[in-house]
Amino acid sequence: MRNIVLKVNGRVHMLDVDPATPLLYILRNDLGLQGPRFGCGLGQCGACTVIINGVAARSCITPASAVKSEITTLEGIAKEGKLHPLQQAWIDEQAPQCGFCQNGQIMTAKALLDKNPHPTDAQIRAGMNATLCRCMTYYRVQAAIKRGAKMMAEARAAAEKGVVA
Amino acid sequence: MTTFTNVPKHVEDELSRRNFFKTAGLLVFSFSTGSEARAQAGAGPYHDRDFRQLDSWIVMHEDNTATFYVGKTDCGQGTGTSFRQLMSDELDIAYEKTTCIMGSTDITVDQGGSGGSTAMERDAWPMRRAAAEARRVLLEMGSARLGVPVNQLTVSAGVITVKGDASKSVTYGQLVGGKRFNVALTGADINAVTGVAKLKTVQEHKIVGQSPQRYDIPAKVDGSLKWAVDVRLPGMVHARNIKPAVAGAKLMGIDESSVRSLPGFIKVVSKGNYVAVVCEREEQAIKAARQLKVNWEKPATAPFPSSEDLFRYMRSATPTSSAKPIVVGNPDSALASAAEIIEAEYEVPFQGHTAIGPAHAMADPSNGQMTVYSNDMKSYGMRRGVAKFLNMPQDQVRVVWMEGPQGFGRTAADDAGCEAAYLAKEIGRPVRMQWMRDEETAWDTKAPAFAMKLRGGLDAQGNLVAYDYNALAADYNHLGYNEPDTVLIAQLMGMRRATPAAGSAATPSEMYAIPHRRMTSQVVGLPLVWETPVRTGNLRDPNGPQSTFASESFIDELAAAAKADPYEFRMKLLTASTEEDRTFRRARSIACLKAAAEAYGWDRRSSPKPRGTGDILTGRGVAYTFRNQTVVAEIAEVEVNRRTGHVWVKRLVCAHDCGLVVNPESLRRTIECGMLHSLSRTLHEEVQFDTAKITSVDWISHPTLTHADTPERIDVVLVNGDPDPDRPDLPPYGAGETVCKPMLAAVANGIYDATGVRLRRVPFRAARVLAALKTARV
Repeated sequence: MRNIVLKVNGRVHMLDVDPATPLLYILRNDLGLQGPRFGCGLGQCGACTVIINGVAARSCITPASAVKSEITTLEGIAKEGKLHPLQQAWIDEQAPQCGFCQNGQIMTAKALLDKNPHPTDAQIRAGMNATLCRCMTYYRVQAAIKRGAKMMAEARAAAEKGVVA
Repeated sequence: MTTFTNVPKHVEDELSRRNFFKTAGLLVFSFSTGSEARAQAGAGPYHDRDFRQLDSWIVMHEDNTATFYVGKTDCGQGTGTSFRQLMSDELDIAYEKTTCIMGSTDITVDQGGSGGSTAMERDAWPMRRAAAEARRVLLEMGSARLGVPVNQLTVSAGVITVKGDASKSVTYGQLVGGKRFNVALTGADINAVTGVAKLKTVQEHKIVGQSPQRYDIPAKVDGSLKWAVDVRLPGMVHARNIKPAVAGAKLMGIDESSVRSLPGFIKVVSKGNYVAVVCEREEQAIKAARQLKVNWEKPATAPFPSSEDLFRYMRSATPTSSAKPIVVGNPDSALASAAEIIEAEYEVPFQGHTAIGPAHAMADPSNGQMTVYSNDMKSYGMRRGVAKFLNMPQDQVRVVWMEGPQGFGRTAADDAGCEAAYLAKEIGRPVRMQWMRDEETAWDTKAPAFAMKLRGGLDAQGNLVAYDYNALAADYNHLGYNEPDTVLIAQLMGMRRATPAAGSAATPSEMYAIPHRRMTSQVVGLPLVWETPVRTGNLRDPNGPQSTFASESFIDELAAAAKADPYEFRMKLLTASTEEDRTFRRARSIACLKAAAEAYGWDRRSSPKPRGTGDILTGRGVAYTFRNQTVVAEIAEVEVNRRTGHVWVKRLVCAHDCGLVVNPESLRRTIECGMLHSLSRTLHEEVQFDTAKITSVDWISHPTLTHADTPERIDVVLVNGDPDPDRPDLPPYGAGETVCKPMLAAVANGIYDATGVRLRRVPFRAARVLAALKTARV
């Protein structure tokens, strides 16, 4: 019996698992999407973050049965073989140390910028505050978010120009 | 259910290289569900790689690319990129044409893994000498091939060319690609390994000193990297531990019927006080571990004092060991005749490693052997430990190192690997073990708590003439490196060493010229020695942050008493002598302190500054130290909210000298993050416990630095100025740990400058700061 239907990164999956299973374990163990990671299982650190309906969600405390919209994971934000501007900004800024938490940093930043394309420094600090990094890459992550926001704005401007032309 | 097998690329590459599978490579391994295929793939025995063979270090491929094999692991600072730079430079091959394989026990030589900031300082040397020897051998081969003497050849980017005749050339790949060098190296041990080739001088480096981007980062941001947490094997199962409810408790009984009917339940495994549950799926194992009814008997006596009572307990305890005092001059008579005596006591609590991801490992018992997929920073130690623990011949065990959450020394005593291996042997299937957050925060290894007492004597002119330092460290039974009788599972099973490996209390590291000084240090123990969650291990410079908090805070207290500028007071102590050591540590200390002050824009005045009137009080603090040969000076600009006690370090400056810099941009980030890790220890981190158990169990009860705490500006100055132009350039020294040492004092000194209140107990959480401000009526 396939009792759970999940749409993840554009693909529909039918699974026979306990509906109370936290989404994280299904993504990692059944669907092989291992960008989201277990950090605390308590929704405190953000390592497991995915985007559901435009909102950064903690998949470690989200029961699979509660998910009604499409899920986007770290593996799903690159488009047509091109990295998402934030991923490119992360590389340009050489932001990660060990990188274990960076799924949460990138996905939380993406949700933040999708809602607020031009955040102030204070808004970045507040918006990212519950996404923890034990290597303490915060300084470079904040720089990468600003760099990524600029790249996204430029891409939007170029696209608009293209439409006008 | 779909099964994913994420065998690391380097294992796949290595198996292809060994030609175990002539055509399909690892495809058989990856997609077969049969245990037979898995058993054959990469089957042992797993002999040690011969470090005296050039082929163990470097493989040239026919397409003129090279693979470097090093016995190191990367804890997140990009050391692999630096190894590639160093080896590419010596080999004379383009950096882009190389790859680096690290730390898997059967395919890389045993350099011990990582620890002690030794990657560049010690372990890069044999790699460089091997690469230089490969270049020499290739030039000889090229000479034979091209028919001209070696001295008439040039080499660049892996291509050997006859001088003056560009038409005559041969590539490294054409000479030895896909074949073995078969060249023996010499050396008494792996650190001494060498060929006969000479290394390049600093001036000849082309790739060292540049900042190629870290090769590991793209796969970490696009989600494609497979980590140790990601390994999935056919037939695998999931395990979780059940820890004693109270420290030192004895297992009296397990009611297996409490979980037997749960879906996916396989087995409860128990020996001594060790308990684990194994299930088909991960969420099933978590549920079963929570639901399993276990009967524990509390110990007759309390395992430890409460964290509130810790320092009183430490001061009243009889030391288990004392280091030989370091004495210069006659400190007692100098103190007796001093014009003014300053005395202060400082306290640093137990602080956890608290990695962002808890301990984990996958163990595969196929073919009667054991393969452990692990992020253990000392993978070779884990291999030895697992072999002894399971009573297996060492050549039947291998550890495949894969990336993991940075643990700052946590994985030097990496319990999950031994647990997974034990359970895999019991169950006969691959077992994935992962700890839960509360388990990790409570039961991981801890940096020892320190209580320090200092006395200083000033003469009538405000000169420091006498200095007395005493440290007490709660560091009895300091954890080792995955020895089978120190990992937690072994302790819980009742294994005991005859004598615990006692840790040590540190003395300060500075070059101050003080005519009379005494430094003593002692170790004390807590009542529960074994099976305790308050177990000490190596946390990023194991004792330096604690001792430097006291020593560099105290120097500021002396400067304040002398009404001297804190920078000038230190500079005077550094310049009061001209005595040098072989690495010019005095001159380099002076250079670092000066560079930090210049970068900050330090204005000369004594502390505290006249107190401001608003809610936010601002100040600046400086601290300096060294670790081995690496020297660092840090300055913190702090804001203290007098209404809430909240401290924000608004700006940080670091002047850093670790000798030759291999990758400046990578080093800058290592320094920034190391400082912020120490800032987290300064402001937030303390392991709290009552007299039965640890009560710091998650990110609420054990807070860490956050985005909001991050300074708005960090300036890193890479000093590395050799003070003597006639001397050969400095070699690379260690980075990563030195920067963690001065931060606690720099912030404490900044808070004092802002408020006039001296904080002598870490961490500076808002409630503690506010209480101190109120007491002082700020």
